[in-house]
Amino acid sequence: MSSTTKATGAGVSLRRSQPRIGERIIEAVLFIAAFITVLTTIGIVIAIIGPTVAFFREPAVSAWEFFTGTEWTVLFSEAQREFGVLPLVTATLVTTVIALIVAIPLGLGSAIYLAEYATPRARSLLKPLLEVLAGIPTVVYGFFALTFVAPEILRPLLNVGNFSMLSAGLVMGVMIIPTVASLSEDAMSAVPQALRDGAYGLGSTKMHVATRVVVPAAISGIVAAFVLGLSRAVGETMIVVLAAGSTPNFTLDPREAAQTMTAFIAQAASGDQPTGSIGYESLFAVAALLFAITIVVNFASIRLVRKYREVYE
Amino acid sequence: MSVTELATPPPAPPEPPPALTGRGHDKTPREYAFRAILLACLGVGVVFLVVLLAYVLIEGWPRLDLDLFRNQASQLSPATAGAQAAILGTLWLMALTALIILPVGVLAAIYLEEYGDKNRWYNRLIELNIQNLAAVPSVVYGILGLGLIVRGPLDLGPVLLAGAIILALLVLPVVIISSREAIRAVPDSLRDGSLALGATRWQTIWKTILPNSIPGIATGAILALSRAIGEAAPLIVIGVAGFVTFNPASLTDRFTALPIQIYSYASRPQEDFIILSSALIVVLLAVLLVMNSAAIFIRNKYQRRW
Repeated sequence: MSSTTKATGAGVSLRRSQPRIGERIIEAVLFIAAFITVLTTIGIVIAIIGPTVAFFREPAVSAWEFFTGTEWTVLFSEAQREFGVLPLVTATLVTTVIALIVAIPLGLGSAIYLAEYATPRARSLLKPLLEVLAGIPTVVYGFFALTFVAPEILRPLLNVGNFSMLSAGLVMGVMIIPTVASLSEDAMSAVPQALRDGAYGLGSTKMHVATRVVVPAAISGIVAAFVLGLSRAVGETMIVVLAAGSTPNFTLDPREAAQTMTAFIAQAASGDQPTGSIGYESLFAVAALLFAITIVVNFASIRLVRKYREVYE
Repeated sequence: MSVTELATPPPAPPEPPPALTGRGHDKTPREYAFRAILLACLGVGVVFLVVLLAYVLIEGWPRLDLDLFRNQASQLSPATAGAQAAILGTLWLMALTALIILPVGVLAAIYLEEYGDKNRWYNRLIELNIQNLAAVPSVVYGILGLGLIVRGPLDLGPVLLAGAIILALLVLPVVIISSREAIRAVPDSLRDGSLALGATRWQTIWKTILPNSIPGIATGAILALSRAIGEAAPLIVIGVAGFVTFNPASLTDRFTALPIQIYSYASRPQEDFIILSSALIVVLLAVLLVMNSAAIFIRNKYQRRW
């Protein structure tokens, strides 16, 4: 009896020596489902690369002109085409900067209030309101920027036209507040109470604790929130399509109308460009630039977070 | 033991030390000012939300009628035009997208939580990739759809199936992340109990873990769906038109959706079209409100705390 258990029991394992076939098949199916996400990324890259390469192979296009030219008239007739992408890039830059000027202070302020000041009751009332703000479709924000913010607020105050990077950027900033606020708040809530108690014990006021202890301790999460807000602003489409204007315009003046990269993609695509035409290829080239920018921003944020992360036990 | 001894009250427990909150300093003007500024930050978002909702409701009120649902879109008669095709298109998209994201999202989440060995490079790649995909702009998914699904290899055209696939891929990371959290919340004791009774891994997942994580999965899936049906950018990129005057009837029919209809009405300057698109925004927001309330209801009613 004891000898048999010894013989089979060497390194007792609960795993069957012969795995069930059905279980292996199930695991394979599950893996395929998870791998679909990787295929999505591969699909994006494949979809973008072909037409982008074709775009730069066109005799009329040079990479130098693309990155340094200040006129973008790809959808014009052949004789008038210019291929400088900078006007689209500056418009994206201006709207993004305006959005961040709005979203970073307001989002961070909201987060500090929710994490450090609000009573549980106030929190349970205010947080869902921010979530509602986050759940509103961007086409609704764009509509609001075009039909209310621009004509009713900005025109009387600053005398800007119906389409401006300013109105698109401001509304986009409000759209991003919940993103910045909720991620920053998560980071601040994760700061251990002992740090706060220590600061209070040394005689700090509530404001000092919030600004000099909690925010610095949560800085990696807060920066990650800013970066996510940045990538949302760069990639936002419907607000800028509706409110920023539909003509490429090489300017940094936020009161002017200008077309961003995303707005160009949406506009050119809705014009039903024939497959293989230079207009069709150009929208993939702009998408490639946009995709590259968001990937770089993303990886930068992941690295930043790793570098500055404070780990508390 | 004497009576007097019994009557004396037990010694009072020592007062707990007061919680440290910095309250003693709360009365200085600087503290008040700081607090007021923080509240103002929150106030901007809240006021914006209230003004936006009031604006679309007031603006759209004259056209919140049954014509919206009865009539088709029209570029000529905005006073009676509707959006029947767009409303049905959005319902179709919702159903199809749900049919794709639920199985794929849940299976992927099960793999990552229950099977995937975190030390293998391909599993880490999948995780990193999901993180990254969640931050890819929606317009880029439109480009993926345009290049590979609508034209290119699959060549489906801007039809319902293509739209649903693109929206599903767009929100899949959200579904996977929330399903993983729901699965992770099931305590190990349930897993161990099931395995100890001789169940296989899959039997444990199917009969024990999934039934207990369904409320969390459903909540996450509904929230993801509500994001999907509000999306306009990827559908515009694949060439979904703004004025479609027939209702979709099958997967390979051309279609339009509410956000696209709102966009195409909103880009016309005439006041009547602005009113019409406000009314459609109210319809869209009402649908989203119902979905979100359902998600919150499920979360509060069925979610167990372990």
